[in-house]
Amino acid sequence: MSINQQIKNVQIGFKNNRVQIAVCGAFVNVNCEQHLQAVQELLSGGGRAISIVPEKLQRWDSSLLSFVYEVSLLAQSQHVELDISQLPDNLKELINLANAVDRKPTQQGSSRLGFLEKICKKTIGFLKSTGSVLGFLKEVICSIGRFISFRSVMRRIDFYAALEDCGPKALAIVSLISFLVGLILAFVGAVQLQTFGAQIYVASLVTIGMCRIMGAIMVGIIMAGRTGSSYAATIGTMQVNEELDALQTMGLSKTDFLVLPRMLALILAMPILTMLSDVMGMIGGAFVGIMLIGVPYQEYWKYAFEAFTLKNFLVGIFHGFCFGFIISLCGCYSGLTCGRNADSVGLATTKSVVCAIVWMIVMTGIITVICQELGL
Amino acid sequence: MSEQIKIDVKDLTVGYGDYVLLHDATYQVNSGDIFIIMGGSGCGKSSMLRVLTGLLPPKKGQVSVCGVDLTDASDEDMQTIRRKSGILYQSGALFSSMTLAENIALPLQQYTDYSPAMIRDLAKLKLALVGLKGFDDFYPSEISGGMKKRAGLARALALDPDIVYFDEPSAGLDPISSRNLDDLIVELNRSLGTTIVVVTHELASIFAIGNNSIFLDAASKTILARGDPKELLKNPPNEEVYEFLTRGEKK
Ligand SMILES: Nc1ncnc2c1ncn2[C@@H]1O[C@H](COP(=O)(O)OP(=O)(O)OP(=O)(O)O)[C@@H](O)[C@H]1O
Ligand SMILES: [Mg+2]
Repeated sequence: MSINQQIKNVQIGFKNNRVQIAVCGAFVNVNCEQHLQAVQELLSGGGRAISIVPEKLQRWDSSLLSFVYEVSLLAQSQHVELDISQLPDNLKELINLANAVDRKPTQQGSSRLGFLEKICKKTIGFLKSTGSVLGFLKEVICSIGRFISFRSVMRRIDFYAALEDCGPKALAIVSLISFLVGLILAFVGAVQLQTFGAQIYVASLVTIGMCRIMGAIMVGIIMAGRTGSSYAATIGTMQVNEELDALQTMGLSKTDFLVLPRMLALILAMPILTMLSDVMGMIGGAFVGIMLIGVPYQEYWKYAFEAFTLKNFLVGIFHGFCFGFIISLCGCYSGLTCGRNADSVGLATTKSVVCAIVWMIVMTGIITVICQELGL
Repeated sequence: MSEQIKIDVKDLTVGYGDYVLLHDATYQVNSGDIFIIMGGSGCGKSSMLRVLTGLLPPKKGQVSVCGVDLTDASDEDMQTIRRKSGILYQSGALFSSMTLAENIALPLQQYTDYSPAMIRDLAKLKLALVGLKGFDDFYPSEISGGMKKRAGLARALALDPDIVYFDEPSAGLDPISSRNLDDLIVELNRSLGTTIVVVTHELASIFAIGNNSIFLDAASKTILARGDPKELLKNPPNEEVYEFLTRGEKK
């Protein structure tokens, strides 16, 4: 909308300390900010009264309403008399409606905090959340204890459902991704090794890489995105639907009932998926080694099996086991601490995946250091 | 404490974090009452219910249910109270991964030693009592909102509780279902002597079933009025209560 048109819509005059505002023409989609400022300046320049009069006013929309409303607020705050008696009746009614606030919001909106205050708040928040994570961990361990002593209220059917979801249903995606990762690993390795004419060692590279760590990490990332997030979303939605409240008031332990079946299923499935990933990665490597680089079939597998050690394999499986624990913990914790609206379910899902991946990498570091120390 | 008082609330302050919703609330619910907690939207009715059911710790003050102080109750005491109370949530809160019959069987499995066959029969009976005969094997996603509420009620009644809490039982129900639910509540109260606490702002229900009430106010964060809602309408103690009970007529 051009300036010209806006000027046509609002005309401001100043006479005998009285601000005269004429609103004219088709008052639709008018940006009134400048006019408000002009009125304000006139008021601070000694204006004692405001009157708003229509002048050939045709159609009008909320922009006029908002303009009049803002002027009325301005008049109120400056204790200036306001005359809107000549405006159309329906407009006056709407203004009255807007002014008829009977109650102020009881909750204070979040006020701005100083820098130091912000830091303190964040620190306290961090300590509190650490406490609650530790509390959750303790509850989970108690829950596992109850499970071992046959006293948990876990429903077996929940466990089977969770197991089906993170076992058979995950096979295809894990196979595909692992195959491709093996392929990539072999390809990148082969380019370098070929320069020494040592491309035969691609077989060892892929085998050691997949078995020791890559298999577990790939499965971990897939399952964090696929299963951990679904745990968070399911449990978070239960929070929104008050199902968690219902569980609690029935005296059923949330960890027994919701966390335990999911955690057990994932802890059981992860090592198996890791094995599958190892195998598929090796097949992917072989595909590149044999088909593209031209390493003889028997040679390739001979080197591959020579590189395969039980030690590496078990370290990989152990990673898978730990990752299963971490993913289910992060997923369930985010779900249980979810807020009570749809928005927070989304947040919980994101949080579960991010946390799971971060903690998996941290865990990998820890295990690596420990293995180093133990000489594994 | 006398046997007559089921719920005793003293100087209770309800709130989240630093934010106080209500302060210094004191009231009692007698055995056999149909007790209404009313008030405008956002004044903290549901939060009050969460305190009574032990989901939200009070910021200050005492809440005792059936003679047990919730603020320092042992685990066994809590279990006893839970066994004695049933709750119907605003949305029904059925477990979506279970059929209706399994939902109702859950508290029975948790708190009784009945055989599985007996539990199945009881679940069937409770469903029939709320008018859901033959819906045993339906999942919550397969039934309507009103039916979910009724199934939620069947679950709340599974253990023949002494106190039943309702959070907005008639919200989202058509007038007839809402009326039927009211009748069910009164029937429950009359035939079993169940104490009933209802959070609602449905005027028709308030006058039809309530025989005692408190009125919460968001502005002053206190209880503005108490007593039989019909009496309150006759002699309104203040403008807010009158306005509320007459759907916004000014005095
Ligand atoms: N978990 C929470 N954390 C912080 N504030 C909350 C929380 N739950 C509710 N509130 C606040 O408490 C106030 C009262 O909520 P409550 O659900 O008790 O209201 P209500 O009286 O049941 O309202 P309605 O009739 O609309 O159901 C709301 O203004 C809300 O902002
Ligand atoms: Mg509510």
